[in-house]
Amino acid sequence: MNDIQLPEIDYGALAPMLIVFGLACVGILVEAFVPRAWRFYVQAPLTVGGLVAGLIAVIANSGVEITTIGGAVTVDGPGLFLQGAIIVLGIVSLGLIAERRLERGGPFVAEAAHAANSDGDKAQEREEGATEVFPLTLFALAGMMLFCVSGDLLTMFVALEVFSLPLYLLCGLARRRRLISQEAALKYFLLGAFASAFFLYGVALLYGYAGTVSLTGIRAAVLESEQSPILLAAGLALLAIGLLFKAAAVPFHVWTPDVYQGAPTPVTALMAACTKAAAFGGLLRVFNVAFETTAWDWQPVLAAVAILTMIVGSVLAVAQTDIKRLLAYSSVANAGYLMVGVVSLNDAVGSSMFYLVAYGFSVLGAFAMVTLVRDSEGEATHLSRWAGLGKGSPVFSAAFTFLMLGFAGIPLTSGFTSKFALFSSAWDADQSALVIVGVLSSVVLAFPYLKVVVLLWLNPPGEETPTVSVPGPLTWSVIALGVAVTLLLGVAPSFLLDLVADAGPFLAK
Amino acid sequence: MKYLSLMVVIPLIGALVTAFVPKHKPRTAKIVALVVSLAVLALTIAAAFAFDAGGERLQLGESYPWIPQWGLRFSFAVDGIALVLIGLSALLVPLVILSSWKDADDDGTGGRRNVPTFFALILALEATMIGVFAASDVLLFYIFFEVMLVPMYFLIGSYGGARRQYAAVKFFLYSLVGGMLMLAAVIGLWVTAKNGLGHATFDWNEIVALAQGGGIPGDLQKWLFLGFFAAFAIKAPFFPFHTWLPDAGGAAPAGAAALLVGVLDKVGTFGILRYCLPMFPEASKYFAPMAIALSLIGILYGALLAVGQTDLKRLVAYTSISHFGFIGIGIFAFSSQAATGSVLYMVNHGLATGLLFIVVGFLVQRRGSQSIADFGGAGKALPLLSGVFFVAGMASLALPGTSPFVSEFLVLIGTFAVNKTVAILAALGMVLAAAYILWMYQRTMQGTLNPKLADVAPMKKDLSLREKVVVAPLVVLIIALGVYPKPLLDVIEPAVQSTMVDIGVSDPAPTAATGAEK
Repeated sequence: MNDIQLPEIDYGALAPMLIVFGLACVGILVEAFVPRAWRFYVQAPLTVGGLVAGLIAVIANSGVEITTIGGAVTVDGPGLFLQGAIIVLGIVSLGLIAERRLERGGPFVAEAAHAANSDGDKAQEREEGATEVFPLTLFALAGMMLFCVSGDLLTMFVALEVFSLPLYLLCGLARRRRLISQEAALKYFLLGAFASAFFLYGVALLYGYAGTVSLTGIRAAVLESEQSPILLAAGLALLAIGLLFKAAAVPFHVWTPDVYQGAPTPVTALMAACTKAAAFGGLLRVFNVAFETTAWDWQPVLAAVAILTMIVGSVLAVAQTDIKRLLAYSSVANAGYLMVGVVSLNDAVGSSMFYLVAYGFSVLGAFAMVTLVRDSEGEATHLSRWAGLGKGSPVFSAAFTFLMLGFAGIPLTSGFTSKFALFSSAWDADQSALVIVGVLSSVVLAFPYLKVVVLLWLNPPGEETPTVSVPGPLTWSVIALGVAVTLLLGVAPSFLLDLVADAGPFLAK
Repeated sequence: MKYLSLMVVIPLIGALVTAFVPKHKPRTAKIVALVVSLAVLALTIAAAFAFDAGGERLQLGESYPWIPQWGLRFSFAVDGIALVLIGLSALLVPLVILSSWKDADDDGTGGRRNVPTFFALILALEATMIGVFAASDVLLFYIFFEVMLVPMYFLIGSYGGARRQYAAVKFFLYSLVGGMLMLAAVIGLWVTAKNGLGHATFDWNEIVALAQGGGIPGDLQKWLFLGFFAAFAIKAPFFPFHTWLPDAGGAAPAGAAALLVGVLDKVGTFGILRYCLPMFPEASKYFAPMAIALSLIGILYGALLAVGQTDLKRLVAYTSISHFGFIGIGIFAFSSQAATGSVLYMVNHGLATGLLFIVVGFLVQRRGSQSIADFGGAGKALPLLSGVFFVAGMASLALPGTSPFVSEFLVLIGTFAVNKTVAILAALGMVLAAAYILWMYQRTMQGTLNPKLADVAPMKKDLSLREKVVVAPLVVLIIALGVYPKPLLDVIEPAVQSTMVDIGVSDPAPTAATGAEK
């Protein structure tokens, strides 16, 4: 009998995640022990402070390349960069989550489970919002951080669940329009559960093939294993379905518009920025580390997924009449561009990460602005309601127009630099066909963005044009940051390009 | 002196300043914009004197680092072709500002418009127009090429006439399709150059040197050529990518339309000469028959549709499609005579069509309608305006003595030496030009007075002093350059010769060009 060996644990490398997980637990205790009236004022600084501490730990780890706790966690350049990106984008989206000036009690209700329109549900619409959202957000962010540095598929699965479950719940907490919020939560949960099952089944088959679940182990087994390659192919396919679901790639994207529309807008922003970063962080790691040597087999399939995602996302975005659904389909199309990065393997890891950061900030800014357009019913997200806002709110409309031009990839915005970086590395990796589909679909995608610009500026205001609320300092900062980073990365992206270049490739040893 | 960067930066700063002028002080905004544009014109004249026509190909060079990882630099330098087109832009902008002095004040239905923004957009447009001609870095060129859309989009969309939203979106999307295809080609070119040269660069000189040394394989050349050509053919516009122009030109405010057709569209033909031919010489030859066919169709089709128009601005827009066909033929005939004629035509067409749009703008503003049927016999009350309209029309149909004649003639004889059929078919366009211009003039200015005009008081006011100041320089230039085009030809020819050498054409110096001064 062998003694069970305790694996070596490098606490320094794990510190960022330990900090965030730890503070999430503290947040739960705060919910239990701090009086209701104080909770918000304790939770908000605690959450932001925890994330800042996590960010400092990430920065302190820079340069670390290590595989620890028995191969469960691999901390490397891209992993650290993605962790840092998730934390930064998470801090920014907290600005929206913590905003309490736009709506009495904040954008969330206390209990998701009240049946919509029941008496209890109506009562809580007028009550203080929940502060559980803060620890839930922290758990989600910590899970995402772990997801990006998982060294084996089981850790990855655990991380996937850790960041998904809080998100399912957060989706159902919208203060207004409770019914579609609950629908969003249920839909996301059911489909997410399916995707998790696929993922797990894939892990099982891959274990059968390789005899291990570690990414590097699978990489080695691909060259040596005597098992049937069908096991590998089937396992890879099922695993990919689980991952592509989170990444919102076609044909696993159907949940995206409903969930993005129904979820409270701050949570939508969080998902569009951070979940996207985590999902693609995981995809990039899995395909670059475990399956790089079998690239010939899966590249055509993923390339087809990328093409489908770009086309379906951009074409369906054209038909949308709700700004949140429009941004949801735009996020699907952007997932397609990022898939181009995944297909292009190592050459495109850096530019994919650049894209994630650039897109994250723009999309946070855009959703922050969506929270401002309101009428008595809450946010007015139907596009027809946005007509003529430029007349009364020129600064708001100018900022939104700038973000839209950014999404459309017009130069001097981060949308252009990130597309250029991504597509040029894809061309370098001989994926020029994908590049051409990419640029053409981005023309299609430009149409809905232009449609919004036309609505804002060129259409006469409707009978009951909603007002643009004066943003509180928090939302204001999120918008300012989103716009500023979109401009900064469009004009002077060098420092971030250096940063992603320094991150180097994934650790595949 | 850093002429070129100043010529980009000054209008940009001017645009920002103008944009922040309070709404209720429209006059201040107008004056600021006018002063800035005149300053740019002065700088351009100074730059023209600093330019040595017999010197190196690219002059007045400047280069500053921007994104070192990609090798992207703020590199500016001009050859003779770029210089004359910059001159055209710098000349037209102050005239357009002056001619649009009152256009933005109200929208005709009593609605208020933001006047400072209008003039800020024009200055922003000027910065990008000069930048796109002055760039000597491929990605920088692309960036100006794309950003240029934004101010024009808002000029059409916010300040245009009926159907302005449709026109603005159509303009933007058409241009964006071309732009994105070009982006793919730019990326491909960049990757090829990086692998061929060993370092990342967008520098025009380096890439052309690589291409001339055979560093871009034939098949790839064809794809990259098509990417660039798509963008330029949509911009120019060539048949069948032209449908956005009548809409945009018809809906844009007259001043913006003058800049759109007078300058922006030249970016397409300029791009073909500056980028397609030197960088993809073999592909250019391969696709030349296609380009010539498209141009030829454009000449005849544009002219025929122009004859049938009932809307003044749309008519002028269609005449441009026809004229751009001439420019296209001149470029792809691959003779230095024809190409010189093409470049000269770009300038002259800018002057003639610019004037035509501006005068049409005056008419439309007086009448409150663009429809030809709403005019008729207007010439009697407006002797001066109708006179200028006539001059602009004659220039547009390339009457000898006006500047477009020289260029059209050069294109035709240059083409005739290479391909007689094409030249003869193209010459048909000149006949149709007479039809659409004279008929338009007749329907608007001559004959009995349209009874509907009797009540329209502004239709009895001839050109004001401001309007005279706007049209005078253009009329003078059209006639002066029609009689004595040598100064322009001297600047253009060396650059055209170098381009011809790039694609391996070495015909003797065009004798007719130097002898055509008559």
